[in-house]
This record gives sequence, structure tokens and C-alpha cells, in this order.
Amino acid sequence: MQELITRAKELLADGTAARVLGWRRGDLPYNPEPAFFEKEEDFDQFVYDGFCGANLSKMMIEASKLEGKTVVFLKPCDTYSFNQLLKEHRVDREKAYIIGVGCRGKLDVEKIRAQGIKGIQEIEGTELDGPEELTVKTIYGDQTVSYASAMLGRCHVCKGKEHRIYDEIIGESRETKDADRFDEVRAIEAMSPEERFAYFKKELSKCIRCNACRNVCPACSCRKCVFDSTKFDSAQKANVDSFEEKMFHVIRAFHVAGRCTDCGECSRVCPQGIPLHLFNRKFIKDIDELYGEYHAGEDAESKSPLTDYRFEDAEPGIVGERG
Amino acid sequence: MYKIAKNDLRALFRAIAGERELYLPVKTAGQVNFAAWEEDAEVSLDTLKTVKSPKDAFFPQFETLYMCRTEEKKLQIQPQALKDKEFVVFGMRACDVQGVKVLDKVFLSDPVDSYYRARREHGILVAIACHEPEESCFCKVFGVDAAEPDADVAAWMIGEDLIWKPLTEKGERLTESVKELLQPADGAEEKVQKEQEQIRAILEKLPYTHLSLEGWNGDATDEKFNSPVWETLYKPCLGCGTCTFVCPTCQCYDIKDYKTADGVQRYRCWDSCMYSDFTLMAGGNNRTTQLQRFRQRFMHKLVYFPANNEGMYSCVGCGRCVEKCPSALNIVKVIKAFEKQGGGENV
Amino acid sequence: MQVEEKKEFRPKIVAFCCNWCSYAGADLAGSSRLGYPADVKIIRVPCSCRVNPMFILRAFERGADGVILCGCHPGDCHYSTGNFYARRRMTLLFSMLDYIGVENGRTRVEWVSAAEGAKFSATMNEFVEKIRSLGENVRLGDLRCKS
Repeated sequence: MQELITRAKELLADGTAARVLGWRRGDLPYNPEPAFFEKEEDFDQFVYDGFCGANLSKMMIEASKLEGKTVVFLKPCDTYSFNQLLKEHRVDREKAYIIGVGCRGKLDVEKIRAQGIKGIQEIEGTELDGPEELTVKTIYGDQTVSYASAMLGRCHVCKGKEHRIYDEIIGESRETKDADRFDEVRAIEAMSPEERFAYFKKELSKCIRCNACRNVCPACSCRKCVFDSTKFDSAQKANVDSFEEKMFHVIRAFHVAGRCTDCGECSRVCPQGIPLHLFNRKFIKDIDELYGEYHAGEDAESKSPLTDYRFEDAEPGIVGERG
Repeated sequence: MYKIAKNDLRALFRAIAGERELYLPVKTAGQVNFAAWEEDAEVSLDTLKTVKSPKDAFFPQFETLYMCRTEEKKLQIQPQALKDKEFVVFGMRACDVQGVKVLDKVFLSDPVDSYYRARREHGILVAIACHEPEESCFCKVFGVDAAEPDADVAAWMIGEDLIWKPLTEKGERLTESVKELLQPADGAEEKVQKEQEQIRAILEKLPYTHLSLEGWNGDATDEKFNSPVWETLYKPCLGCGTCTFVCPTCQCYDIKDYKTADGVQRYRCWDSCMYSDFTLMAGGNNRTTQLQRFRQRFMHKLVYFPANNEGMYSCVGCGRCVEKCPSALNIVKVIKAFEKQGGGENV
Repeated sequence: MQVEEKKEFRPKIVAFCCNWCSYAGADLAGSSRLGYPADVKIIRVPCSCRVNPMFILRAFERGADGVILCGCHPGDCHYSTGNFYARRRMTLLFSMLDYIGVENGRTRVEWVSAAEGAKFSATMNEFVEKIRSLGENVRLGDLRCKS
């Protein structure tokens, strides 16, 4: 972490950049927030540890409009999002100085709580070069949990620890992938239509339409969202189950189909713990199977599958035929 | 005081639900929220904080106000029936109860909200003391006592028993109707007192307990509003409505129409001051930046609300926003930022 | 005495037809006196590609029991490539609907040229039959829109 701070300060001092986008230490062990740093003394609050899961690439849209360059710290998976935004001309490459940071999986405090741990006061071992075990100090006594058991679901199916776009890289990554990312989708596909319907109904009826999934999504960067439109008479703010279950989440995922880099922010931020990535991943899986393997954000040039076509593409009837 | 074995709670729920609607913390698809009791519901009384607060029971996220139809060229308006049956909200926490009191200030003062009043009159609150408060709790800062909930019935989970203490006339009535399931608890006062001491001792150790509200009051309007602190504070805010929807005191709503097959439904649903279309008018919006929206929420909770309600803050320290904000922002960080960077009296 | 009324299920079908081929195909079906059920309500769109996934979901939300999209044959699009994009979009959308447990067969895409009045009529007859066998759309409807 010290290396990141030193380098960021250098870049500010030599005039390369006007500000630094990173994470500010929270007031609890697990709640650092994204923040801009402009002055040397601000860096007292700088942190980069296991809880810095937020994807900073979307904040670069606003930062691109500011005077001067912004140093931004991107984890390997965040660089996919940045590339995708670059492809869509939402961020300015010239306004960004990208420092690729190492990653050994990001942590989810809910995963720690799910192990029966309450009253967290301190968590040790969250740093990038930390041990494989976390020591959680609570008001009800100390406990240890393995790092992997406290990781966000998305890190278990990591896309890889290679930065796709960067100016320099600081820090070593550690492999975290231990499952296939389409396993969950396959498990649902294997269910009967009735079971699938019941499954999604149960999950989506929890939705409170807070829009966190939409607002955090680096691919959701429309200036005016269709669901905020006053001209669209459907439920909008009302959390009507039938709307959420049949319209909102399908369309939300559809709008980013072919552009979603599977960064997993939607599932991370959902206050109701809805596995929203299951929608996005289904689209990715279908695209891979029907139109050839495609990773959104792998580069900033290739055509997205939904703005491309082949004469011999499958007919929509294939959905019924596949069974 | 009465008691009932934890193992017999199912029978108690069944008895209550036999006569009244019963809402309590139920786990569905991994998350605990207040929901109507059913025989196979997975009740989770140990959950300290439900994702959404129980304010839904009095002020639902979505409710129909009335239906409009045209019949023979005449406009018919059919108001939604008001709540006319008693219901029980079981398993609230002291902070949740305080949240309802904040809502009372808004909806029961002139002009009275009849939908809310009907629910409030028919609702019986059973609140449980917090056996194991957590690090995100700071109810004490707002004068809430987690060890002694101020509801219609107060309850404590001690050992294998639930201690039951009716505090109001409504609470007595509920107690009367389930009396055969409750046993008189002789000597329970002592146990309760011990539990309360324990709870209060834990509260003392929580990181947010000694948060100072100095400088936050109804007179601080200008100095807080104009502070430069907001400019850095709001930056990570996504403008989603998570904080407002999990909050037990946020009370803003929107009223809209929806054309159904059965006429036009006028409904109201929660709104969030974090949204760009909040209080949108023909002439535009009076808060056009996220900074302004972000500032509004906290100014309302800590300055405007106390200014209009004899110093009562519209935050109860439940800590739901602390746990749920996608960007790890929350009201505590706001209070602390002012403490640290000035802008308040307690520089 | 109460007479038990047995109502036949008449499905509501929305058909999005592109202006250049399928809508003309429907015209031809009419002028050739080829019948298709009145349950099919046609909405003319400039191109099959104009149909946004939300149109389809909204039709269902508002009470449709089946939605069919008709456009020019691949390669014949008036705008050269519109139907290619529509094809990919609809494939993904239908797959998603299947994934969330909506009965297969409530949605369909068919390419109908201006000369294929007979195909239009046959397709619509077949589709209405299919929806009749599937019954009312419950899973995608909005309760508020049910009468």
C-alpha cells in the first residue's frame, strides 16, 4: 500500500496528474469508500485492502470531464470495465493515468457475518500481501476465518489477474478462481421451467427498487435511464413485484448484454443479496455459445456481439429447440 | 411480567395469528425482512437488523390510495379501505420503535394522514431488547435504550425464555388474548435487570456509541448548509436509494397514477431524495446536483427535522445505512467529517 | 337456476410487423382472402429492428398471451441489416425468458416477405393454436392489468 501512496504522490508532485482516485479508509474495518485525493496530507486516509472492492472505472466518466489527468487505481477486473467505457467513448484515455493494482480477491463483510461473527471491531490480514487467514476481533471475542471463505462470490470465478489496460502495475496478484463462472447458470438451466420461475420469483420479490444495481454498473452510463423517464408510464419508483420480476431486471441486464464485463458490482451492492449477476451471466453464456466466445472489455476495439451479425446466425427458434 | 419458552414461540405465533395479522422477521431467499407469519415461515428473531426496517407495516413502500373509474359518463372514486383490524408487529427493536415515533411526527400532525393513522391505531408493537448489539449500532446517540424498548409489549430473550412485559393498554389486550400460553414470571425482574446491564455494557464498547451530536441542531441551518465539507463527502454517492429505503425514518413518497384494467389506480410509493427526479416539477428540479441531494438527506435528518419537531432527530441510529450503502457512506461518516474538518461548532 | 357459462379461451396476440415486408404480407393475406384469427392484433413498425425487448415485455405485462415479431427475410431488409440485429436481440431475449421460467412458445420470430400472404396466414393460425394450447399468460402478466 505504501508503494501506491508514494507513487501517487510522485505523480501529483511532478505534475503528471491533478488528482488521484483511490479509496479512503472507513470508520469501521470494512467500509472504505472511493475518494479523490488532491493534496499530500489527504493520503493519510488512503487505503488499499481486501475491502476495496468498489470498481472505480465508472467514476472516471466524471473525472474525464475535469481539468488535468486523474491517477486511477484499477484492479484487473476493473480494467475490463475501463476498456469497455473507452470503447463507448464515455471516458477519455488521455485524462487517465492507470495504475494497475494487484488483487487477491475482494472481501465481503456479509460473508464474514454469515459465519456467525457479530460485533466486528478489527479485521487483520486484509492487506494485499497478507496471510491466508483473517483474524476478526469482535466485542464477543476473536475469531479466524479463511480469506477465501470471506471473498465476494465474483472472485471465486475470477476472469484472471491480468490488467487489460494500464500505464504501470504495482503489486502482486494471487489467483482466486476455484469455480467455473457458468456453473450457477447451468444449475438453473437444469431446473424445470416451474422451478426456474419459482426461483426467480423468490429472489426478485425481495427487490426494493433502490436502483443500486443500476447506478453502480459501469456499463449503465446512460444520461437518462429509461426507468427514470417520466414518459414511460410503467411502475418506475413503485416496487411492484410483478414489474421487478418481469420487466426491470430483465431489461436492466438486457441493456448491458454484450457490454457487461461481469465485474459483479450489481450483486455486490444489492442490499437484499439478490444474485443479479445470474442474469448478466446468462446473456454472456448465450452470446458465447451462439456467436462465439466474447469478453467485453478485453480490448477497446472489437465489435460487441449485439452490434454485429453473421448471415448464418441462429434463428430465435433455437431457444425452443434446445429445450 | 410473563414468560414463554423459546420452544413454544411457534404456538404463540399461531395463537396471535389466529386473531390478528402477525408480522415478524422472516428469512426468505437468505435475507430477513418483516413479513406476514405463515405456518412454514422461517422466523428469525435473532436477526438484529432486518434488511428493510419494519416501517412498511405502517407506511408501506407501495399502497393504493384510491381507484378512479368512469361509469356511465360519471367519474367514480373509490378510496382504498382503511385498516380496520388489529395487527401485531412482533420482534421490532428499540430503534425501530423510535423510528415509528419519528414517522408519527410527520403523519399524525396536521394534516393527518388517514391511511397511516388507521394502521397506527390498529398496530400493536412487540419489541425485543437487543441481546447482542453490533458495531454498526448507535441508537444510544439518539437517546434510544436498546435494553428497554418502549413499545406496547417489551420482550427480552434470556436463556431459554422470552420474557414478556406489557407496557400499554394495547399490550395488555394482546397479553390477555394469549394468556394461556404465557406463564407468570416471578423474579424475572432481576433477570431482566441483569440482561439490561449486560446489554448496556456492550453498548458502551461499540465504536459509534460516543459519537457527538454537538452542533447538530435546528439552529445550525446556514453554517452546515454552506460548509465546504459536503463537496468531498458526497463524491462516492451513487445516487441510488438504498439508504432511504432501508431507513426506519425516511418518509418521502411520490403519488402516481397507473392505468389498470380496472380503472386508474392512484398509488403512493416511497421516493428517495437521492433520485434525480425527486420532486420534479414542470419547471425542473430544485436540486440539480448529487451534492445538493446528498446534503438534503443529512440536513433533513439532523437539522431541519429537529428544527420543526422540538429537537427530535430523524435518525434513530439503527445502522442499516452503515451496513447497506454500496459506497460505504453513511450518516456517521457525515457527522464525523464535520467534527474533523470544521464547519460545526465543535471544531 | 345458474347457467354454467363455458367461455372459450381467446388469446390476445400482438404481432409486430415490419412496414416493408410482413405488413405487406398481411395485406396480401387479406386481399387474397386468406383467413387468420381476429385475436391477432398487428402493430406496424418501420423495421423488425425497431422492436425493443421492452415492447415485448410490455405487451405481456399489459395482457398479451403471445407476441410474434415478423420481418423481412434475412438479407432482404429494407435497411439492409436491421433484421440481423433484431434476430440476435430476440434470440437472447427469448432465451432469457425461457431462463426465468416463462413457457417456451409464447414468443416467436417469423420472416414473412410481401409476397408471402399464405405464409402470414398459416403462421398466424399456427401461432394462435399454439398459444391456445399454452393457455393464458400468467407468468409475464402484471396483476394490475388483469380484468
